[in-house]
Amino acid sequence: MDRRDFLKLSGAGLGSLLLPAFAGRVIAAEELLSSLDVATKKKLADVALQAAKAAGAKYCDVRIGRYLRQFVITRENKVQNVVNTESTGIGIRVVAKGTWGFAATSELTADAVAKAARDAVAIAKANAKVQSRPVDLAPVKGVGEVSWATPIVKNSMAVPIKDKVDLLLGVNADALKAGASFVNSMLFLVNEQKYFASTDGSYIDQDVHRIWAPMHVTAVDQQSGKFRMREGLSMPCGMGYEYLDGRKEDKVELPCGVTVYGNSYDLREDAVAAAKQARAKLTAPSVKPGKYDLMLDPSHTWLTIHESVGHPTELDRVLGYEANFAGTSFATLDKWKSKNFRYGSDKVTIYADKIAKGTLGAVGYDDEGVKTQQWDIIKDGILVNYQAIRDQAHILGLKASQGCCYADSWSNVQFQRMANISLAPGKDKLDPAQMIKDIEHGIYIVGDGSFSIDQQRYNAQFGGQLFFEIKDGKVAGQIEDVAYQIRTPEFWNSCVAVCDASDFRYGGSFFDGKGQPEQVSAVSHGSATARFNGVNVINTARSLG
Amino acid sequence: MTIYSEQDAKAILDKAIKASVADECSATLGGSDEGNIRYALNSVSTSGFVSDCNLAVEVAFGKRTGTATTNRFDDASIREVVRRAEELAKLAPENPEFMPAIDKQSYRASATFNDKTAAVTPDYRASVAAACIEPCRKDKLTAAGFFTDSRDFMATANSKGNFGYQKSSDMDFTCTVRTDDGKGSGWVARNLGDVGQFDVGSDIRTAMDKARRSVDARALEPGKYTVIMEPAATAGLISFMMFNFDARQADEGRSFLSKKGGGNKLGDKLFDERVTMIADPWDAQAAVLPWDQSGLARERTTIIDKGKINYLHYSRYWAHKQGKQATGQPGNLIMAGGDKSTAELVKGTRKGVLVTRTWYIRMVDPQTVLLTGLTRDGTFYIEDGEIKYPIKNFRFNESPAIMLNNIEELGKPVRVKGDESSFVMMVPPMKIRDFTFTSLSDAV
Repeated sequence: MDRRDFLKLSGAGLGSLLLPAFAGRVIAAEELLSSLDVATKKKLADVALQAAKAAGAKYCDVRIGRYLRQFVITRENKVQNVVNTESTGIGIRVVAKGTWGFAATSELTADAVAKAARDAVAIAKANAKVQSRPVDLAPVKGVGEVSWATPIVKNSMAVPIKDKVDLLLGVNADALKAGASFVNSMLFLVNEQKYFASTDGSYIDQDVHRIWAPMHVTAVDQQSGKFRMREGLSMPCGMGYEYLDGRKEDKVELPCGVTVYGNSYDLREDAVAAAKQARAKLTAPSVKPGKYDLMLDPSHTWLTIHESVGHPTELDRVLGYEANFAGTSFATLDKWKSKNFRYGSDKVTIYADKIAKGTLGAVGYDDEGVKTQQWDIIKDGILVNYQAIRDQAHILGLKASQGCCYADSWSNVQFQRMANISLAPGKDKLDPAQMIKDIEHGIYIVGDGSFSIDQQRYNAQFGGQLFFEIKDGKVAGQIEDVAYQIRTPEFWNSCVAVCDASDFRYGGSFFDGKGQPEQVSAVSHGSATARFNGVNVINTARSLG
Repeated sequence: MTIYSEQDAKAILDKAIKASVADECSATLGGSDEGNIRYALNSVSTSGFVSDCNLAVEVAFGKRTGTATTNRFDDASIREVVRRAEELAKLAPENPEFMPAIDKQSYRASATFNDKTAAVTPDYRASVAAACIEPCRKDKLTAAGFFTDSRDFMATANSKGNFGYQKSSDMDFTCTVRTDDGKGSGWVARNLGDVGQFDVGSDIRTAMDKARRSVDARALEPGKYTVIMEPAATAGLISFMMFNFDARQADEGRSFLSKKGGGNKLGDKLFDERVTMIADPWDAQAAVLPWDQSGLARERTTIIDKGKINYLHYSRYWAHKQGKQATGQPGNLIMAGGDKSTAELVKGTRKGVLVTRTWYIRMVDPQTVLLTGLTRDGTFYIEDGEIKYPIKNFRFNESPAIMLNNIEELGKPVRVKGDESSFVMMVPPMKIRDFTFTSLSDAV
């Protein structure tokens, strides 16, 4: 997650600016329901493809994008902001003289599009002088005219603002009634209308929807001067407004007494629980540091997977393209080539996908027209693959891209971004209630918290939202001030059990930052409850005197 | 066109304000041209240029407000954006924290614009990349870096007759140099208002030297160490702390600046008496716009005075509620220091750790501003005033509120922006005792 976005969303004393910094013009709500005509898009795409070829491009792809976002931001009894934004334009990428070139314009006329295509070719030719190796693109077979859409039930953009405001203010009122001192609740809604065309013969129209309902509840004890926050346990996801239906069958009560959510979310119920739990955090005993067996709920594990497996297996990082910003990776090519690098224990199989229904990463085709798929990254503990795009596939000896290409806007060039990366559920029947029985000295962690990891993804530290001490197979009570520190391969090798598929749930990041200039992407990570033995836990309480 | 003259910007803003039938109308017009070049593996990877300009109009009918923006400035588009803002305002619920438009302000111009920086060309950007790549290639080192430059303007106006206009420019450079065997890594960053002061040849040698000297790092036990922190190493920790200098947050009891029993710690001494921090929009090396996001004029403000909390930011609403005077929110941070360079601080250190930079800094506990993060790209052991050998990177868990009580010595402040700090700062290199490293990292 990008730090600045996180700060803006944390809602703590940040002045008036509570709108994530996305480019786009502000529009009226009714405009959120319109879309560009496919025939018009095809016509413009053909103009670009022809102009690029005429200017000397060997390959060209065109992305005509309309990016719609709506944010509804509230605190206590106030609506702080309602914003609808739209950004429409065309991005044209070419290979000429063996080199990439890119240009973009918001002007959707034939002349402007043809000019942008010629500009892209001119940039490619200029950059060819400093290119050390020509672009080697894995082949893609053209798919003709096809379409794909996120399988939503209710289009979030069609729900009246009043209903959204009423929901959030109701949530806030319930949290305050249940003991919260302060509460922020928000809705972030995204619709990417993306049209892709390439000289390979593809014309792909996609309609992608995402939703996130973050919430922060704060409890303050003025006498002691103590305050604690509990964030919501929702997952950002690739669904419509139906995610907020809070269906009974999607609720799970954990052995620690906390209710977590699967394919739909009860915001009001979670707000009330958050208020009570935030208050309980104020008086919960502080953790005794040392080695513990950790029992990690999927609402927490997603972030550990994201940081310690998702990022280090991005091939561009492994190769050194992100060395100056996000960093490189400990999961080097020699480890992969050895075919015996033990990333984790034999309980650990981690796979990548861009297809799972309801996930943030799910699309029909990626942003270079590659049909999406699922593949293993770690198989029974061994590093077996990475995440790659068309111009990287040859490095892994692959005949086709894995479909990990994405740009957050028509105006930014697409590059390798993380697929959904998930821990496969255990093969043997096991649920959290059974798992806890075998743990003598442990901590059960629910929800994601503080996170930090080094530039090669070895040393990480994670917090959480709720912590429960486990003694002799039973939950002994809520504790506080917990963070655990890991060295990535040791941590995944300490995994001794993963619950079965009936406990599999997703979490995810709505704002994962990468690149210079920075682009965001959204990605999900699934898992079932997992157990890690002998992990180093530190106490984070300090005194300022 | 994205960079409008004062006269043209005023004409656009006046048209918008005139077009509104609302009780109040405020408008801002801002545009920028930004160029960049990115390189990795000793080769240019991407280069780009983005131009953008936007008009934002906010109107109020009573306590109902609406905002709309556009990037088209013909008369019809301006009328349309005002109409959309007015429609949204009519539909919006009343805002109980509504504040009327600001009164006419007096803005004293600050030197945010530099002709040389504003005139950076694609050729210049390419020359920066080449100046990093060529020496690295020769010395079996690998460079990855990013250079970006911008020129922009901001204009603000409202129906109470307020108006401001100012141009700005900026350049930012970072470069990571790694040894080809992956055992050493060095880094350099430079943020300047005046590109004429930028010496890429000297900067790249710093990163190359650190890369070579950091090979075969030894492991030290985690624990409390005396550290020499280069300016980039503390800027991220201090900027994180500054987000807490908000009066409302402190008064609400959810900040390290909240007082037990209620109220805030304004006037309390929380840091070593050598800690003095001011905000000054007219600072010669760190100039920023003379108004804040709300349009309020900025003032030269002492935020921390000899260790004492002297200023908390009151938003206009919170100031009104608490009976205080609202002033412009600071846009920069200038920390007082001494005259010594980092190298001179190292010379005066018997045993300690030199930290080039800190990275991936995140809040662990807002109650104490406990932050975690890691050292990166050049961490060395110091003995008897000399750098003895490279050491493995550490994870720290430390609060800047504690760090700024453990000062041994402060050096000469330098300009820092970007990376882990989102606003421009003047930060000295610091010698700090008992800095808490909690674990080792194998990352290079």
